[in-house]
Amino acid sequence: MGEKNKRTGQNDYMADAFAEPQVPDGLFWKCEKCGEIIYSEDIVANYHICPNCQSYFRVPPRARISMVADKGSFTEWDTGLPVSDPLRFPGYLEKLERMREITGVDEAVVTGFVRIDGMPAAMGVMASSFMMGSMGEIVGEKLTRMIERATRERLPVVIFCCSGGARMQEGIVSLMQMAKTAGALKRHSDAGLYYLSVLTDPTTGGVVASFAMLGDTILAEPGALIGFAGPRVIEQTIGQKLPDGFQRAEFLLEHGFVDKIVRRDRLRKTLSFLIEANGGVKPQEMYTTRQHNSGAAQKAVEID
Amino acid sequence: MEDLTAWERVKRARGGERPTSIDYISGIFDRFMELHGDRACRDDGAIVGGIAQIDGIMVTVIGEQKGRTMKQNLKRNFGMPNPEGYRKALRLMKQAEKFGRPIVCFVDTPGAFCGMEAEERGQGEAIARNLYEMSALKVPVLSILIGEGGSGGALALAVANEVWMLENATYSILSPEGFASILWKDGKRADEAAEVMKITAGDLKNLCMVERVFAENIEREESEISLTDEETEAAAQLEEYKSDTEQENTEQERSSVLTRDNMQLLADELRAGILEFLRIYHGKTPTQIVEERYQRFRKF
Ligand SMILES: [Zn+2]
Repeated sequence: MGEKNKRTGQNDYMADAFAEPQVPDGLFWKCEKCGEIIYSEDIVANYHICPNCQSYFRVPPRARISMVADKGSFTEWDTGLPVSDPLRFPGYLEKLERMREITGVDEAVVTGFVRIDGMPAAMGVMASSFMMGSMGEIVGEKLTRMIERATRERLPVVIFCCSGGARMQEGIVSLMQMAKTAGALKRHSDAGLYYLSVLTDPTTGGVVASFAMLGDTILAEPGALIGFAGPRVIEQTIGQKLPDGFQRAEFLLEHGFVDKIVRRDRLRKTLSFLIEANGGVKPQEMYTTRQHNSGAAQKAVEID
Repeated sequence: MEDLTAWERVKRARGGERPTSIDYISGIFDRFMELHGDRACRDDGAIVGGIAQIDGIMVTVIGEQKGRTMKQNLKRNFGMPNPEGYRKALRLMKQAEKFGRPIVCFVDTPGAFCGMEAEERGQGEAIARNLYEMSALKVPVLSILIGEGGSGGALALAVANEVWMLENATYSILSPEGFASILWKDGKRADEAAEVMKITAGDLKNLCMVERVFAENIEREESEISLTDEETEAAAQLEEYKSDTEQENTEQERSSVLTRDNMQLLADELRAGILEFLRIYHGKTPTQIVEERYQRFRKF
């Protein structure tokens, strides 16, 4: 990271952070980290982790949902909200149209209802491939509607964060989404409901300075870049290179800003345990089965 | 209002002579006692906060503070708060809520500080926490943008019931330089970016981002209204005479720039505005105050 974009000017840190691509729909895929050529299928089957060097690839929303949700349990909410272009920024509407075609999602976040181990939740998953996961009015609106609905229907909220920050093309309107989502989460919390935030690579800027850091529990994926200011901006401010590992998930854990780093193969179980512990409701029949089997439950103590 | 380009206003907003939060605090309030520290890390000089009295009413006042000299800026960090600054602000705001004091914030920052220690101490978390807690404060909050309103660092003191702006203050998602650099790969097109970004008081009023805009050059505008015909004629003659001499012209231009020395009329107007705000909100219940603030941001 850091040196790839020689042409970049100041503040171009986000393009840099997003230089690592996702697994494309091709038969083969070359891992950027270790150079190994791998079957795309094998990567998808392995939680989008390189089977050779274990490095994490970015996960598109649909794949993320199937990674944690009970099969067929996801119902999408609030698609096709009307686009706003408050600055009438040249080329912005066309760019949005193009992004929709390329990514197959209607904006940089997908929201909806899921069940995780039978427990209902409202879940939002950000799409790094959609304009760097940046937050404009629609991203803020979809998340706020989801949080408000979760408050009304007494559901826990899970958000998978991944964002370069605010959507520059929407100017001040994008800034206001920070206050809007934070306000909705406060009401959700005051209603006694649980919010679980999962920080994935990269989570930066206005998203870090709003809903990403407001979870009752904050999880992070290994190695994820997480920070308010991008590494390049900081390097410009202090006039020196940042040490290795700065603003990575492990660094945030060490400094007390995340609860736990979670591996993808443990993600689903971790989510279901935390949701259940924090007011999650299991469906009756599953509850009965579990009670019945409780004697045989496996002991699991996680200290890491 | 003066006829300036957006970029000219950006330069005014950043101007070294421009009054700072402390100048407004002393110009507006009858008493002020500064209170320090976030109770966790240190006292951040980029934010001043405390309790003030205005016409017998106690309020909590918080402002982002720039320095004028290099020495002052070492203390004030050029008005760029660290996480402990936002945490101090939140501590004082929660205390205001506990004792039922309305809150007045002065916003003036290029942005939250982008340094290593700021990241280590959770700059993002600190800003997020302010947005979260401010959204539910049971006392009225008024935020006044007096200079630069730099992104999340400004918003962290502006989740208010009303947001007001001075004529040449700005409020933006990032600096015009940064905007031009990211979207056009050319930081030198900042003047052009400033026009496109809608960051001036007039633009933001049209976007319903602010409730009130205050003219900075009150003296001249006031005189246009209150002068008698005779006086107007005399003034016109004087203007004519002035425009004949270049030197006088520069002086006139300079006198239209807001400074500590010519800010008192503006401070008086702000004082009257704040008193009016306090009077209106005095009649509202805490539930109403919280709901109105929530809806103010919900509509964006
Ligand atoms: Zn690999």
